[in-house]
Amino acid sequence: MRQTARMVPLRVTAVFRDAWLIAGKDLKIEMRARVGINQIVPFAVTVLVLFAFALDTDQEALRTYAPGLFWVTVLLASLLAIGRSFAVDLADGASDRLLLSGIDPIAVFGGKAAAIAIQLVVLEVLLAAGVVLLFDVTVHRYGLLVCAGLAAAVGVATAGTLYGALVSGLGVRETLLPMLLLPVVAPVLIGATRAFQDAFGVAGAEGWAWLGLLAGFAAIYGVFGALSYGALLEEA
Amino acid sequence: MSTVVAATTSSKATKVLGWLTLAGFSVLVALAFAWVPEDTRITEQGDVVGQFDAVRLMFVHVPSAILAYTGFGLTLLASLAYLRWRTDWWDMMAHASAEIGVVFGVLTLATGSIWGRPTWQTWWEWGDVRLVTTLVMVLVFVGYLAVRRIPAETAVRARRSVVIALVGAVNIVIVNRSVDWWENRTLHQQSTLIARKIRDETLFTLSFSFAVGMVLFAWLLLHRFRLAYLEGQIEQLEVDEALEERRAEAGLSDDSEEQP
Repeated sequence: MRQTARMVPLRVTAVFRDAWLIAGKDLKIEMRARVGINQIVPFAVTVLVLFAFALDTDQEALRTYAPGLFWVTVLLASLLAIGRSFAVDLADGASDRLLLSGIDPIAVFGGKAAAIAIQLVVLEVLLAAGVVLLFDVTVHRYGLLVCAGLAAAVGVATAGTLYGALVSGLGVRETLLPMLLLPVVAPVLIGATRAFQDAFGVAGAEGWAWLGLLAGFAAIYGVFGALSYGALLEEA
Repeated sequence: MSTVVAATTSSKATKVLGWLTLAGFSVLVALAFAWVPEDTRITEQGDVVGQFDAVRLMFVHVPSAILAYTGFGLTLLASLAYLRWRTDWWDMMAHASAEIGVVFGVLTLATGSIWGRPTWQTWWEWGDVRLVTTLVMVLVFVGYLAVRRIPAETAVRARRSVVIALVGAVNIVIVNRSVDWWENRTLHQQSTLIARKIRDETLFTLSFSFAVGMVLFAWLLLHRFRLAYLEGQIEQLEVDEALEERRAEAGLSDDSEEQP
């Protein structure tokens, strides 16, 4: 019994260490390939510009709808980031080797979700600067902005990692991932938009209450993804 | 080698259920159009208000919504049962009920929209919790069916489907709560039945429509379940035939393969 009790913290430590390794691997690949910065970020900025064209240069409308436009852009760009994360693993049978390495699937899930979340946070920072510059938005609550951005990034990353693994290896993954993921992350869009409305001071939403929803979403998908990832990895 | 044991989805039970559905639906149409009066009320100012003839759509809309939720609920239960027992039976049950749920979900949204135009003066209302939740639920299960259509081993497909069904079910609760907090208002009638604001004829016809709907659900479920079973049998036959052909090409027979 005593030995088992000692094993649990050891296993938890190993899971965190392995998750950090996986996240480091994915981020290192992204930093070397620069697909995120050279393709995903320009895509996201283009979407923001297209929104401005669609709203007919109405600065007031852009300011009012900036939170929603921001998060729709993040969600669209996240599809590319998630797809990219699993495409890298498919190349040269890397996913098979990952499976054979004996790393706990929970660690693989945590590592991949963390890497995607970090990329999304970087994207959010750049997009937030874009929104402030292009849509003439003023930030009133920095703390809320940062917390909501982090919680939403983790929520999208955990749900995205779960569905990314599910469609990974399928011929129709590019079309299937948006179809599966976007309805599921609808609550993140609602919650993050309302929190950002409060942070930007464009609507009287209770931003901190919405942060609770975002954190809850991230926690639920984090737990669910970690528990089911092993079964998904085996068949990917 | 497996063989097809039944080449039809029909049975004595489905025939009885089919005729019951047809008869029940005929009676329902007669009740809805000939017996139930149009919904009108006179206000204190003397104005005539109400849903008028649009109330008759309720006899399709409300049972459809209940059948959609029944279908998705059954998918969830069957998925959980699959996790426990890992048999094709539960997987096929989840598939069949999800498909029926999507059909009735789309019907609910369509009839609700047609009903909403004269009643609420709008085709769609984003602030309505039940409306948006049902829409997202249908979209999630359309994705579920798309995943099921991807060719894969039965066990692999079943595992993928279980994950989507469970995530989808959890998500329905989150979507429902988020939309509720989003607008915190609804156009839907809250307590028509509980408050007994409904006429006796309308209440009876509505109850009758639930009964007809449940018979229809059972009829569709049996047919769809058996269809899934036959599809599985055909898949297995094709695999067996392909194996036979490969063996023949290699000059192997079943007997020679078993030799050490």
